[in-house]
Amino acid sequence: MNSLDFQMLNYSALSPEIILSVAGILLMLLIPFVKREKQAKLGYLSLVGIAAAMVAVIAQWGQSDLTFFDMVFQDNFANFAKLLFLFAVAAIIATSIQYLERDSLYKAEYFSLLLFATVGMCLMAASADLIMTFLGIEILSIATYVLAGYRLGEQKSTESAVKYFLLGAFSTGFLLYGIAFIYGATGSTKYLEIAQSLGNQTEYPVYLLIGLGLIFVGFGFKAALAPFHVWTPDVYEGAPIPITAHLAVASKAAALIALLRILFQVVPSISSGWVELLWISAVLTMLVGNIAALTQSNIKRMLAYSSIAHAGYLLVGLAANNDFGAQGVLFYLLAYAFMNLGAFAIIQIIGRQNEETVEIKDYAGVGFQHPFLGLALSVFLVSLAGIPLTAGFTGKLFLFSAAVQSGMYWLVVIAVIASAIGIYYYLRVLIYMYMRDAEGEIKPVDRLSMATRIVIVVMVLGTIYLGILPGSILKLASEAINF
Amino acid sequence: MLETFWILLLFPLVGAAINGIFGKRFSPGLIATIGCGSVFISFAIALLTFFELLGLAPADRAVTNHLFTWIESGNFVANASFLFDPLSGVMILVVTGVGFLIHLYSVEYMRGETGYYRFFAYLNLFIFMMSTLVLADNYLLMFVGWEGVGLCSYLLIGYYFETRVAGDAAKKAFIVNRIGDFGFLLGMFLIFQTFGTLEYHSLFSTVAERFPAPEIGFGVLSGITLLLFLGATGKSAQIPLYVWLPDAMAGPTPVSALIHAATMVTAGVYMIARSATLYSRAPESMLIVAVIGIVTALVAALIAIAQRDIKKVLAYSTVSQLGYMFLAVGVGAWASGIFHLYTHAFFKALLFLGSGSVILAMHHEQDMLKMGGLKKYLPITWATMGVATLAIAGIPPFAGFFSKDEILWNSLVSGHGHLLLWVAGVLVAALTAFYMARLMYLTFYGKERFSHESHGHHDDHDHHHSGPPKEPSLFVTLPLMILGVLSAIAGLVGLPAWLGDNRFEHFLEPVFHYAYTGDGHQGEHSHSLEIGLTVVIVTLALISIFLAYRFFVKNPAIPERIAERFAGIHKLLWNKFYVDEVYDALIVWPIERISRFVLWKGIDVGIIDGAVNGVASLMQGWSNRVKRLQSGYARAYASWILFGAVLIFLYYYLAN
Repeated sequence: MNSLDFQMLNYSALSPEIILSVAGILLMLLIPFVKREKQAKLGYLSLVGIAAAMVAVIAQWGQSDLTFFDMVFQDNFANFAKLLFLFAVAAIIATSIQYLERDSLYKAEYFSLLLFATVGMCLMAASADLIMTFLGIEILSIATYVLAGYRLGEQKSTESAVKYFLLGAFSTGFLLYGIAFIYGATGSTKYLEIAQSLGNQTEYPVYLLIGLGLIFVGFGFKAALAPFHVWTPDVYEGAPIPITAHLAVASKAAALIALLRILFQVVPSISSGWVELLWISAVLTMLVGNIAALTQSNIKRMLAYSSIAHAGYLLVGLAANNDFGAQGVLFYLLAYAFMNLGAFAIIQIIGRQNEETVEIKDYAGVGFQHPFLGLALSVFLVSLAGIPLTAGFTGKLFLFSAAVQSGMYWLVVIAVIASAIGIYYYLRVLIYMYMRDAEGEIKPVDRLSMATRIVIVVMVLGTIYLGILPGSILKLASEAINF
Repeated sequence: MLETFWILLLFPLVGAAINGIFGKRFSPGLIATIGCGSVFISFAIALLTFFELLGLAPADRAVTNHLFTWIESGNFVANASFLFDPLSGVMILVVTGVGFLIHLYSVEYMRGETGYYRFFAYLNLFIFMMSTLVLADNYLLMFVGWEGVGLCSYLLIGYYFETRVAGDAAKKAFIVNRIGDFGFLLGMFLIFQTFGTLEYHSLFSTVAERFPAPEIGFGVLSGITLLLFLGATGKSAQIPLYVWLPDAMAGPTPVSALIHAATMVTAGVYMIARSATLYSRAPESMLIVAVIGIVTALVAALIAIAQRDIKKVLAYSTVSQLGYMFLAVGVGAWASGIFHLYTHAFFKALLFLGSGSVILAMHHEQDMLKMGGLKKYLPITWATMGVATLAIAGIPPFAGFFSKDEILWNSLVSGHGHLLLWVAGVLVAALTAFYMARLMYLTFYGKERFSHESHGHHDDHDHHHSGPPKEPSLFVTLPLMILGVLSAIAGLVGLPAWLGDNRFEHFLEPVFHYAYTGDGHQGEHSHSLEIGLTVVIVTLALISIFLAYRFFVKNPAIPERIAERFAGIHKLLWNKFYVDEVYDALIVWPIERISRFVLWKGIDVGIIDGAVNGVASLMQGWSNRVKRLQSGYARAYASWILFGAVLIFLYYYLAN
């Protein structure tokens, strides 16, 4: 496969990425032919692209290959991850249409950028080479830098984009630096070759460890792991709400999935050197996220810290470094997508035009004023808090019991304490919704578009389904981790 | 019904859903019918199932309904299955039976409150969760109910959300319970890690196989049982986590009766009795359970003596009686603990409901010093509460006498018992009789210390007319009377050995089949000793009641003089040993500060945004935001990332 014979490439492995790229470009070409006010409707077209990509993924379920000059895996792990990304992005697009129309942000490039970001995420999941991983991250990042600043004219949004760009570029430097170290230590950037060159050694060159540590910085930035999380609250607060949802759910998931693959396929034998790093970062991430969220008054900022905390729980599953943990991570990423995308969809509606009402105190009395939104948000918050019969509980149960299986009792103790702290701030919103009277009149919100309504209902059902019958998804996840 | 008893769970759930979703449009009558009816159907099914169970041979009395596999992953299996055996049978009867009576009571008590439908929806949901808790056949499902009842309790405590007190009490209950749940969760993890299952039957048989004798020293069983016990102290309000229960009285009175007296708070006792197999093999944990139980019983009884709020007295009394139950399970008298749980459910629910009737009549006045002489206005309330008082004080032949007598006897003679436990237990019994008599005398006897015109200032409760206090309608008094009868006779199913046969204990025996019982039974004790001790206890209780009579009816000046003479002690008791204040200073305050000043204002705003205009920049908004942007605060973020990277670099570099 080393000759440049393009006939021999397994195009089906990259078919979803190809479909998404083509759809994104077509969308851009269409823009001049659509009236400004109607441009948001192009979002529906991008949903068609997503759907086609989903079909392409499902069609290759079960196949496995290493293709594109050993740069890309075709396996169920990648397929699972791609489906997760596509699902999340579909929900984000569906809610964005209403958001863009309401705030008169008539720029349909938005949807193209989202599709390109998805291409980057899919490549990250399928990558078999550090360089490919790097490319995936960059494709994702450049698209999201622009999207974060999409509330044109809003200084907060511009600030968000600039900060994200500067810091993202900075952390990418570490990633590249790390790749260079690894290449120096092993002579390759290909996952399988690195693993092979390590063989059964027990002593590893310090450069390799440092290299791994440095690429952890890069992934840690994307996934908002402490201490590389510092950008998160500002950027999340300033970005448009659907993009905040994207950063908190989809791009975080992409980073963790890429990390998971490296953990399992590149350095399975020395993972002990990693585990300490993951352990420490998990503890820091959970504590910082949960404790800092306690006193937030802005709901976007609170959810930003909450998403940091959840990245910490996911790291617990990674640190467990066993199959059960890997399954748990995949399961939890889906669970997290359900509950967080749902929550963001609702705060976007309640936030009203130009995100006027995003303070937690604005939620006083909302529960009775808008029973549907209130009830749905309650389900999401209860799930984020990890109360049984919701996805958040079963997910945490899997992650934490995986760590128990690896004998990491203290990590689990800290994780359980941290999540106990977390319950407090989620329920604070519930208190406001149902137990506080609004100061003055509660302002009306827009009528929910059909797309937004569907998204919220799907997320509620998903959150409860995974809480009560997690079996089928868990089975898929176990098929996905057969590397 | 044995094959399908699980359907009893559905009715309260459906009731909650219907009232919760559509209740806003329903008439109060319809809401109440749905709310009460669903629980009544559950109770009827539970009763039918219970009688069918009685028809089986004792060894066969454990029937499982398997619904579906909830979680299956590798060797981790948790089923949605429910178990009906003597223990869960007794519990479900208490939950749905007392639950139904309290629903009935609420029809009148809550009438006219805003969100009537919401109240019944929450109450039904609570019954569903509590039933799940007691019927679950594995720990994970029990935990679902465990968390669920916590959530309902939280919603119901905060029901009067207009008042800040209720909101704060709700929060406190939730936080304290989280600490407990944390123990439960970890205990569960440890069980699964050690024995590979969470299902009661297979777990207990495995434990019995692997631990033919109790473990010596601190081993895995001690770890599991102590973690579970931490959970129990949260849910059942024991030291050190009892502080939430008295505050929880901010909720409506029926809630106090149902959740914070009769059912939810006893979940910890149920859980330990259920785990008898584990506890009986961890003698050190048993000792801790017993000691915590008796100390809690004593401390709470002392606090109860000095309280003026009628519901606070009952709240501390509940904490104290729960302490008794833990004493019982702590000395291995599992059946006695459950027996007391069962009698306590009747008389304590009755006391709370009675106090609710008093509070209604007094127009929401709860200070006993502003009551007095209510006997002639509220004869039914007086009579039924009187029965309950005699029951809790341990006067024969009322229900509490038999269960308390069993516990005290076992605390002395069981293999885990000790003379000190017994002495403290007897002291608590005397204190209990005293503070309950005080409550009765202050409320119903002596001079009227209220005016007839206007009591309290609750304008929103204008449906309660002013004028002389009068007995509420049959909805309120019927539950009182039924509970009164039960408080009087329910103890007869568990007669002490010298009077006959303890059928209650024999009935529960199969449940504790795998529990370690030592090398045969303890030496036989003579009936004369048991009778003698019983006489001592009853005499002490009677003396206490008499003393209370002297103090609070004959010569009301005495208590004031005593309070003055021992001002320090009185203040200590009145302020509940200052436990709340200490917790606040040690735990709540620091976490809040860390969050607010270190993590948020410190790192976010302070270090990162520059300490100088830290707080101000948050307030001043956009102009400062721009300034922040231009003066390069992103650099500060970058330095954090760099800092982390350097740490990683150094770590690996130095480690090699």
